[in-house]
Amino acid sequence: MGDIRLLLGDEAIAQGAIDAGISGCYAYPGTPSTEIMEYVQRTPQAAAKTVHARWSANEKTAMEEGLGMSYAGRRAIVCMKHVGLNVAADGFVNAAVTGTHGGLVVVAADDPSMHSSQNEQDSRFYAKFAFIPSLEPASQQEAYDMMAYAFELSETMCVPVLMRITTRLAHSRADVRTAGTARAANPLSMPPDAKRFILLPGIARRNYQGLLDKQPKFLDLAEQSPFNTFTDGPDKSVGILAAGITVNYLRELFPDGVCPHPVLKLSQYPWPKAAIQRLLDSCGTVMVLEEGAPFIEEALHGALGLSPTITGRLTGALPRTGELSSETIARALGLPTRPGLQPANPVAVLRARPPRMCDGCPHIDAYKALLDALGDTGKGHVFADIGCYTLGALPPFEAINSCVDMGASISMAKGAADAGLFPAIAVIGDSTFTHSGMTPLLDAVAHGSRITVLILDNGTTGMTGGQESLATGRLDKVCAGLGVPPDRIRAITPLAKQHAANVEALKDAIFGNDKGVTVVIASRECIQTARHKRV
Amino acid sequence: MQQSKMNIVIAGVGGQGILSIAGVIAQAALAAGLRVKQSEVHGMAQRGGAVEAHLRISPDPIFSDLVPIGGAGIVCGMEPMEALRHLPHLNPENGWIVTAAEPLVNIPDYPAVETILAEIRRLPRHLILPVNEMAKAAGNVRSGNMVLLGALSTRLPLPETALLDGIARLFHAKGAAVVDVNLKAFAAGRTAACA
Ligand code: SF4
Repeated sequence: MGDIRLLLGDEAIAQGAIDAGISGCYAYPGTPSTEIMEYVQRTPQAAAKTVHARWSANEKTAMEEGLGMSYAGRRAIVCMKHVGLNVAADGFVNAAVTGTHGGLVVVAADDPSMHSSQNEQDSRFYAKFAFIPSLEPASQQEAYDMMAYAFELSETMCVPVLMRITTRLAHSRADVRTAGTARAANPLSMPPDAKRFILLPGIARRNYQGLLDKQPKFLDLAEQSPFNTFTDGPDKSVGILAAGITVNYLRELFPDGVCPHPVLKLSQYPWPKAAIQRLLDSCGTVMVLEEGAPFIEEALHGALGLSPTITGRLTGALPRTGELSSETIARALGLPTRPGLQPANPVAVLRARPPRMCDGCPHIDAYKALLDALGDTGKGHVFADIGCYTLGALPPFEAINSCVDMGASISMAKGAADAGLFPAIAVIGDSTFTHSGMTPLLDAVAHGSRITVLILDNGTTGMTGGQESLATGRLDKVCAGLGVPPDRIRAITPLAKQHAANVEALKDAIFGNDKGVTVVIASRECIQTARHKRV
Repeated sequence: MQQSKMNIVIAGVGGQGILSIAGVIAQAALAAGLRVKQSEVHGMAQRGGAVEAHLRISPDPIFSDLVPIGGAGIVCGMEPMEALRHLPHLNPENGWIVTAAEPLVNIPDYPAVETILAEIRRLPRHLILPVNEMAKAAGNVRSGNMVLLGALSTRLPLPETALLDGIARLFHAKGAAVVDVNLKAFAAGRTAACA
């Protein structure tokens, strides 16, 4: 007997994966995907160590570790935010070529509207790119139910399966009915044809052809998928193709959720061509509702411009960017919307309230020291990275000049230094450093690039809520191991009372640096993490 | 108890405990056999930025995870400007705005609080309470969110006992004294809303 639980979309996925008999969950924290791993870690199965559930150094290592578990016959889930899939892409795309043994499901959580991200890329492109099936649940319940299906699909077709979700599903709770029982984990077993994991050209060519040969089957499965459903309606003036959660915004507009137009709800890809053709034939025009990019819509229009029979984000019926809502869809369908009350004088009473670093945050003292150390050097010398310290871009600090992707602080500082910029300073957190900062540091050391790297070691992955950081406390040894000379690895404690000493230490590191790399490690624990430890 | 369908928008600043308010109501609704959707903000905005939770409860299936514009029976705020920010969600015919009177000033250009409160008072159905002061009187200034929950509770289609159970469960791990303070805070809010 199952029970009903209130679960975030992320948690429903985690519970679904546990009930599908996973032996491992591999992930790097990133909004809005973080809660999947956190939920697995909280479960008794993980505590009993029958499910491996530890944070990996980055999404690429997570992806490959998941593939390794699949190779050994067991089921694994790999979770990341959308931009994490860029990092994991090499392993992800090639895992489709090797194929899987134990079920392997990759969850990518997209962030349309960029609530907590640097772009709104659409992970469905990656599944298409890798020639594998993908799933896009429309609700928390479906996310749960799909996990068992996804693992079966992966094991029968011997490919990884991508589940794509978006922020709104990831971070919304709903009542979810769970099975109440977990399938037994697969036993350890070698793949019967283990050679296919050796992607030498001869084998890779054969595998790749095999993957292409599976495409008609993937299409067939999507045509018959229990998650792709057609609901007829009397008003054939337009048919609606609603992918993932957009079907909820649509149904919201009508009493009891009954849309008068024919609706094809789409949650399994490759998109079911026959079902879409039937919708188009019966209505003449199709409106495409999809979160993220106009992925299906663009294909339906064709390569040579807009088709008069298709509407959506590309035709201006819906906004080109950002999350959809019941209001945007109502406007596209010409339905009335409520105006919504407004303050009499919004300008006088409403102000933007951007996020900021917590009072007492160690990064604040680090930035104050850095700004004073730079003195009148002028702007444009500080390359930063992804984490709470990115908020140092905002007033009152305005201390940084870039934030691009995980690890780019060090690589960009190096490139700028190679171009002649001095000083060139990288600011990077401890977790981001172990994610993708070590390799560019190796470049900088090997090439003797004249940069200063300020590693902010707050002992945790702060921005996503304080997850384990893998090299905290031994970053000096990591840097020394990468070849930074020991006398060029300095330590400071970012505290107000140490300000004067810290300014001197940073000045010396930055301006006393006549060649090569200098590293300054600023260590003090994130106050949020410290507080959680106390209670 | 009123009709058992309800949309609520809960607004505040990261760290003020609005997810706990939403969580207690959602659990109580589930215990009462209702359907629930509760959308919340995680990630970057939780660092002292504007945050909100959308909460929907109903005996019938719920579609959108978001409260429609003009669809909230209650817009409540742990902070008056944040409550006002979500005014477009308030149902103009029957919606209540319930908010803390005290501003949380963590931006340099925070507007004059009197202007904000005057805007709220203009609305036909509003309740403005000195939530932090009441929390302090109940024993802990950080239980303001439970004062606000108490103030909302009279307008929720849920039995008070279910909410009290939810509070007890939420704070259970922190010990009996903490549970007690939060129940007191809830009671203070509820009494004020009935007055
Ligand atoms: S969570 Fe920690 S690291 Fe992030 S701003 Fe707050 S104190 Fe600083």
